[in-house]
Amino acid sequence: MKEELLLSLLETNARYDTKDLADVLLADEDSVIHSMNELEKKKVICGYHTIINWDKTNSHKVMALIEVEVSPERDYGYDRIAKNIYRFPEVDTMYLMSGKSEFIVIIYGKTMQEIANFVGSKLATTDHVTSTSTFFVLKEYKINGVILDEDEKVEDRLVVTP
Amino acid sequence: MNYENYLSDTVKTIKPSGIRKFFDLANEMEGVISLGVGEPDFDTPWSICEAGIYSIEQGKTHYTANQGLLALRKEICNYQKRRFHIEYDPIKNVIVTVGGSEAIDIAMRAIANEGDEIILMEPSYVAYTPSVQLAKATPVYIKLEEKDQFKLTPEKLEAAITPKTKAMLINFPSNPTGGVMTKEDYEKLVPIIKKHNLIVLSDEIYAELSYDDSFYSLANFDEIKDQIIIISGFSKAYAMTGWRLGYVLANPTFTTAMNKIHQYIIMSAPTAAQYAAIEALKNGDYHVEEMRKSYLARRNFITRGCNKIGLTTHLPQGAFYIFPDIRCTGLTSDEFCERLLKEEKVACVPGTAFGEAGEGFIRISYAYSIEHIKEALKRMEHFLKQFQ
Repeated sequence: MKEELLLSLLETNARYDTKDLADVLLADEDSVIHSMNELEKKKVICGYHTIINWDKTNSHKVMALIEVEVSPERDYGYDRIAKNIYRFPEVDTMYLMSGKSEFIVIIYGKTMQEIANFVGSKLATTDHVTSTSTFFVLKEYKINGVILDEDEKVEDRLVVTP
Repeated sequence: MNYENYLSDTVKTIKPSGIRKFFDLANEMEGVISLGVGEPDFDTPWSICEAGIYSIEQGKTHYTANQGLLALRKEICNYQKRRFHIEYDPIKNVIVTVGGSEAIDIAMRAIANEGDEIILMEPSYVAYTPSVQLAKATPVYIKLEEKDQFKLTPEKLEAAITPKTKAMLINFPSNPTGGVMTKEDYEKLVPIIKKHNLIVLSDEIYAELSYDDSFYSLANFDEIKDQIIIISGFSKAYAMTGWRLGYVLANPTFTTAMNKIHQYIIMSAPTAAQYAAIEALKNGDYHVEEMRKSYLARRNFITRGCNKIGLTTHLPQGAFYIFPDIRCTGLTSDEFCERLLKEEKVACVPGTAFGEAGEGFIRISYAYSIEHIKEALKRMEHFLKQFQ
């Protein structure tokens, strides 16, 4: 089973059916299902998500990137502080970074006020957090390699060529 | 006035392309799903486009040296050494051309005399026979067979050589069969090429689209390297078909001769395309690999799909074509493609468009998305039911 190829296919389209994946991998369907189950158990596959352009729906969401500066803990470094932050359900995505701030946290909320409240009352007051800087996202152009506002490409190749 | 009488006898000998008929038919129909395109479905990577655009903004809109920008020729040599371990000199061995097509033309015209025999493979790319005819030489065909995975065998090569043979034109990975030649396959041919002082025009335009084995060139064999004329370009590896940029690599005697033709018929290849190509060679390896991986996935999918619906198809090792056997239907290649187009609106190319040896086969391109291929296979399966 070509695991890397399987993962890269699922990364671009989580909706591939296992029969098609088997054909691409020149394997049988059962072994594809088995591999996917194993990769899920090992947390290599952590979910099957969909890229949604919320701006095109009636459901409005506000997204913020927050730089979080912290002072590390003796013996634990950053991981225990990170855990105290990412356990908040409001936190969608979190990274440990090089550079000025230690963490980047991505948060979604219904309004800017809702996010401001979370940052002021929960995030900034977490132990070892020394400062936060909040950046509200005004428009999403490209997510995970997908350009959101791109018009559907018109096939401009000739129908038959040598 | 009958203008036919004014046409050159040489041009009159050239048959119209077998692909033209299917292009005209498919073009008139609505809702056609095509599997007939011989070019990548990817757009040129943006960094390459941007380099071309930037060159125009900088006013680089003039002729270049006939042989092409020296910076590009140097990058071509670096690339050949880095990817395929073949060393060339950017001053002596390289000419940048308008696509691989011009490279084939000037190479053929530089070496062929009337009466010379040029060995061609069948089935093979549609432009090879006309290029020999336009050079007033005589094409001699070797029929490549499915049982050999469409490889050239030493027995077939030896049998095709006569005292009039001057050169051979090969194309591996192959359009239309997807066949390749490995180092071991070529090792059997090298003594024959050496013994007969055969010149080999090696069209390596699909070199980057080699799957289970790494690409190997006849020019990798030092003992015959000077007998090899490599034809390559940017169309397939970098998805740059519309930029029309290729190149030819050969010994200095041949490049000097080819440059004589090139300088008078072309002057120099498009300047913006040359700047874009420098970027492609310097920073394009990632894109090439990503596209290759994508083609590999689709190759597997379509080959298995065709075998499932009853068309015996060998797993090709290169390019982006499969060459399924349609003899089980009792139809000729032409009939099969015409009926498939009219009844199910799926456009393929008959094997005979690539020479008589293509009878009984069709060329299917998999330079399409998996979803597109899936729909085409569904229609083909429906079409094939009537023959069961």
